[in-house]
Amino acid sequence: MIVGNRKSFEEILEMIKPYRRVLLLGCNECVTVCAVGGEREVGVLASELRLWSAKEGQELEIREHTIERQCDHEYIDQIRSFVDEYEVILSMACGAGVQYVAEQYRTRIVLPAINTTFLGVTLEQGVWSERCQGCGTCILDKTGGICPIARCAKSLLNGPCGGASNGKCEVDKETDCGWQLIVDRLKELGQLDQYEEIIPIKDWSTSRDGGPRKRVREDSRL
Amino acid sequence: MKTKSNIERILESGEFVVTSECGPPRGADPEVIRRKGALLKEVVDGVNVTDNQTSVVRMSSFASSIILKEMGFDPILQMVCRDRNRIAIQSDILGAAALGINNILCLSGDHQKFGDHPKAKNVFDMDSIQLINTVKMMRDNGRFVGGEEVNGRPRLFIGAAANPFADPFEIRAARLAKKVKAGVEFIQTQCIYNVKKFEQWMEMVRVRGLHEKCAILAGVTPFKSVGMARYMKNQVPGMDIPDEMIERLGGMPKEKQSEEGIKICLETIQRLREIPGVRGIHIMAIEWEEKVAEIAKAAGLLPRPQLT
Repeated sequence: MIVGNRKSFEEILEMIKPYRRVLLLGCNECVTVCAVGGEREVGVLASELRLWSAKEGQELEIREHTIERQCDHEYIDQIRSFVDEYEVILSMACGAGVQYVAEQYRTRIVLPAINTTFLGVTLEQGVWSERCQGCGTCILDKTGGICPIARCAKSLLNGPCGGASNGKCEVDKETDCGWQLIVDRLKELGQLDQYEEIIPIKDWSTSRDGGPRKRVREDSRL
Repeated sequence: MKTKSNIERILESGEFVVTSECGPPRGADPEVIRRKGALLKEVVDGVNVTDNQTSVVRMSSFASSIILKEMGFDPILQMVCRDRNRIAIQSDILGAAALGINNILCLSGDHQKFGDHPKAKNVFDMDSIQLINTVKMMRDNGRFVGGEEVNGRPRLFIGAAANPFADPFEIRAARLAKKVKAGVEFIQTQCIYNVKKFEQWMEMVRVRGLHEKCAILAGVTPFKSVGMARYMKNQVPGMDIPDEMIERLGGMPKEKQSEEGIKICLETIQRLREIPGVRGIHIMAIEWEEKVAEIAKAAGLLPRPQLT
């Protein structure tokens, strides 16, 4: 899923200060699962903002609304009947959602309440961890199912570097060395000989470096 | 000989090699490089010029190498993958060769988190092994990474680093094997304090015959004080410093510690020279360049063969 962190209350206030009528828009997908921008978090932020406005004597109308997905225009369409009543949409979706809402309502100001961070997994209740960078050319078959692009701080394709110590990354003692994980896993699989193969220089054109990406599936188009 | 490198020539003659390093200044004053260089005159066969080491912005390795070249040194241009993509890397390789640089040391590079610009975007378009192979392909096959022909091949002697002490230990020789496969011709190791563990690594290296395919130069760094030893043990990633060494330094009065540090360094060099497959010594006296000559002399490594 896509994981994010909510921006600080101060940062959000700074963005919405000039406005009086705010539509706080949640998303029922990834950001709900990672507990940052679903219905519950919309409620929490709305309460924080109402408390602030009451305390400061600042007029502020907030409408809470959560849609199924902010990355699909069919769902974004569901707010069309009332969106014009608000000066600004404060989106609690990932960066894709924020932008797609803005594309659909060109005269509304759309602001991000979330910093979108990574594609990851739930390690345990309340803990998420990055696993994929969407580089467009998967090499997990060569690295024991552990991605060196996402999990090595230097994205080394032929790691580990000289900084790994006790299985941890030099960047942070709490973070596992991605290449230690790869080596351990290859060993478990009886595939340590794969480590000896040099992984060639990567084609980054399939990643963001090739420009904004688009996928078209002709057979499923209407 | 594939290049005009002084260290390649000395290695081919079968002699022991001595290298050291020169860290460029955090400013534009060329005199700093000249002063540091003067301390190494007739002491080393080649001098490494670090590339923004520990991710701190310094005068470029390329420019500093040229200053040392003008002084009569055979610089070893260090190049990290952190700050340049394949376009910039290949361009610098051509430029360095055109200006008479004969050696390159291919490194991944420290993470920018440790430096003075931790908010920087890192590049790592390629890694150190791919960089080694890039130089080799440009030099021996006359091809850029993109496949186009190189008109005027860069004659660079290809080096890399190896850390025998980093984890996981069991793949450390396999990792060197990958560097050899990629085309590396000489290796400078991380500072060696745990000679026993280094011997184990060398044994794994010899079993694979890697010492015959690339020249291994063993790295040493003298301790200035017990404080420095403790700092390196606890704060520098991938360092292996035995407790006995720290106790030995700590047992000396403060004013005697640097002398003891040099003594330890000399003892280490003697032990390293006896290990089969060690072809040279790389002396890294961090911000203590004035001691390199004293160490080389006391270790019986002088005089050095004349540069041709």
